[in-house]
Amino acid sequence: MYQYFYNLLGNEIAATLITAAVPLVNVLLVALIGVYLERKVSAHMQDRLGPMRTGWHGVFQTVADFIKMLQKEDAVSTEIDKKLYNIAPVLVFTGTFAAYAAIPFSSQLIGSEAEVGIFYVVAISSLVVAGILMAGWSSNNKYSLLGAMRSAAQIVSYEIPTAIVILSMVMLTGTLSLDKFSQMQTAYFWNWNIFGGAELGLVKFLLIPFMVVGFIIVFISTLAEVNRTPFDIPEAESELVAGYFTEYCGMKWAMFMLSEYGNMFAVSAIVTILFFGGYQSPVGYVGDLVGADWMIPLEQGFWFLAKGWFFIFVQMWLRWTLPRLRVDQLMSLCWKYLIPYAFVNLIIIGFISLI
Amino acid sequence: MALKTEHMVLNMGPQHPSTHGVLRLELELEGELIKKVVPHIGYLHRCFEKHAEAMQYNQIIPYTDRMDYLASMYNNFGYVIAVEKLLGIEVPERVQYIRVIMGELQRIASHLVALGTYGLDIGAFTPFLYLFRDREKILTLFEMTCGARLLYNYMWVGGLSHDIHPDFQRMTKEFVNYFKPTIVELDNLLSYNKIFIERTANIGILPIDTAINYGVTGPMLRGSGIKFDLRKDDPYSIYDRFDFDIPVGKGIYGTVGDCWDRYYVRVREMEQSLRIIEQAIDNIPEGDVQSAIPKRIKPPKGTVYTRVENPRGELGYFIISDGNTNPFRVKVRAPSFVNLEVMGELCKGHLVADVIAILGSVDIVLGEVDR
Repeated sequence: MYQYFYNLLGNEIAATLITAAVPLVNVLLVALIGVYLERKVSAHMQDRLGPMRTGWHGVFQTVADFIKMLQKEDAVSTEIDKKLYNIAPVLVFTGTFAAYAAIPFSSQLIGSEAEVGIFYVVAISSLVVAGILMAGWSSNNKYSLLGAMRSAAQIVSYEIPTAIVILSMVMLTGTLSLDKFSQMQTAYFWNWNIFGGAELGLVKFLLIPFMVVGFIIVFISTLAEVNRTPFDIPEAESELVAGYFTEYCGMKWAMFMLSEYGNMFAVSAIVTILFFGGYQSPVGYVGDLVGADWMIPLEQGFWFLAKGWFFIFVQMWLRWTLPRLRVDQLMSLCWKYLIPYAFVNLIIIGFISLI
Repeated sequence: MALKTEHMVLNMGPQHPSTHGVLRLELELEGELIKKVVPHIGYLHRCFEKHAEAMQYNQIIPYTDRMDYLASMYNNFGYVIAVEKLLGIEVPERVQYIRVIMGELQRIASHLVALGTYGLDIGAFTPFLYLFRDREKILTLFEMTCGARLLYNYMWVGGLSHDIHPDFQRMTKEFVNYFKPTIVELDNLLSYNKIFIERTANIGILPIDTAINYGVTGPMLRGSGIKFDLRKDDPYSIYDRFDFDIPVGKGIYGTVGDCWDRYYVRVREMEQSLRIIEQAIDNIPEGDVQSAIPKRIKPPKGTVYTRVENPRGELGYFIISDGNTNPFRVKVRAPSFVNLEVMGELCKGHLVADVIAILGSVDIVLGEVDR
């Protein structure tokens, strides 16, 4: 994408800025739509209407809220650790934003075509933990501290099963690049990794059950990594008020919020890329049919967003249906079930791929 | 070398989303493990008992509304029974029936709030709104009858403030038919949810002996497996005419007397309340609901103690009359107050998250604890 803008503008700095701005716009849009969707989905699940007054069916509600956040007084307690307190939301948001750089929205719309894309995303999103710990510690609030400790423990633990499943996928496909992941799972849904990948043969059919197991493990652990119900323990409202961001308000709080919704889409994107063909269409491209090549990236963008939002919807669905686990149950789920299963899955997939 | 370590003291409340009002719990924590729990009460103290001494008997009724504001009907019920006993008046049959129906509707409404907020405490948001939707229908029935939705001042000494609306019987029957399947919905959504059971079974176990020693009553006591319900064991009004069961905790998913049992007893009690309403609603005799209301309430010297089965337990009124138009002393035995005392025993050795689960299962109303 950088090359495209460079050719267009002929200026390195402008091209870099625009390339960097694209993921930022993506994050903000995703967060805005995500918050609106959350309100509407929860409302309709609970026999309510949700926001109805700002615009058609309240579509501008999040925009209005965002403007309200900008105007709010930045009230801070006097007893906080100022530096850490101010850095924390930025750091959390940076972790989310940086992850977007490597996510391929279509074969053309990629912030950075990094060869180690998946590795980079896993690594950079760990930055969020540091931000959360900082927020919890610097707030000088016991609820924040408890929330931050829980969050750190949770995210670090659940990265292990995610990483193991990602490892098995990397082993199978032989690439770390998110773009190549998507390319290898060509159009038509039976070529997706969840159905054993694009190569026809015995291996494809043997892989299917283990791919499903891998998908379930990754989906559960990513839910935990983005602190969504039933794993929203760090911000458990009924116990810890608001968890690690209890003391934040205004725009700093909004950054945590943006980052939460941004993360939701990021993990949905990872799940999509690993198992559901990334930006590939499930039914072929209209562009191929009519012979218009320029349409294909647009269609890919549509399919990628559709898949991503579908998984976000599933996350919301779970959130408004299930109660919350307790902190020790959460840990035992990770260490006693997910990690062993992920390991066994890894070994079996390894054997199958040797066939 | 041993490091010097301290326990962390966490003040949960009075401003906290799930202390069900203004309760402060002083938690002593080691990590997330509870070492000690001390409830601090009194944030809602409004001198009800002292106020009552300065007022005439019928003027006290609106104040009783404000004790357990989720079960105002039942607070009225207990108080008017006490004064009627002091005066020695008989109330008409029609009044008795309507009181029982209102009381049972109130019990369902109160349990709906208890169960909904309990789901909220555990982290399930949606059941809360579903249950409030159903409670709304009961509140509509109350509003239709007496004009108020929360604080009714409906039961008067010797009668009722208003007769029932002509549509009341039909709508109540509609509600009963509507509500039966919703209990099944609640069971599917929350009661038998694996995560919910994991969070509540074997948590906050209240053994029978502790329950009796602390004087715990209501669904908490029945959750521990004791079949004690004043509607059966010390019948007041006309409860002896109805056929209903008393659900008790059986420890289906854990130990008898755990949080899940207390929760489940409330769910099943709603079914029994529906049974009572069904039996009563068609048998309301004709008559005037205000015929027995005394012109001037001036009971003879004496004392009276009556107790009724409030949704939260044994609600007792002890009234001393010195022969004047206002009582010499009114003492309330509030079930929430007594039930709350057992918190310290229940929380030992659990985690912070469990304190919320246990507090929710105790189902306190701070208006009643502090009075």
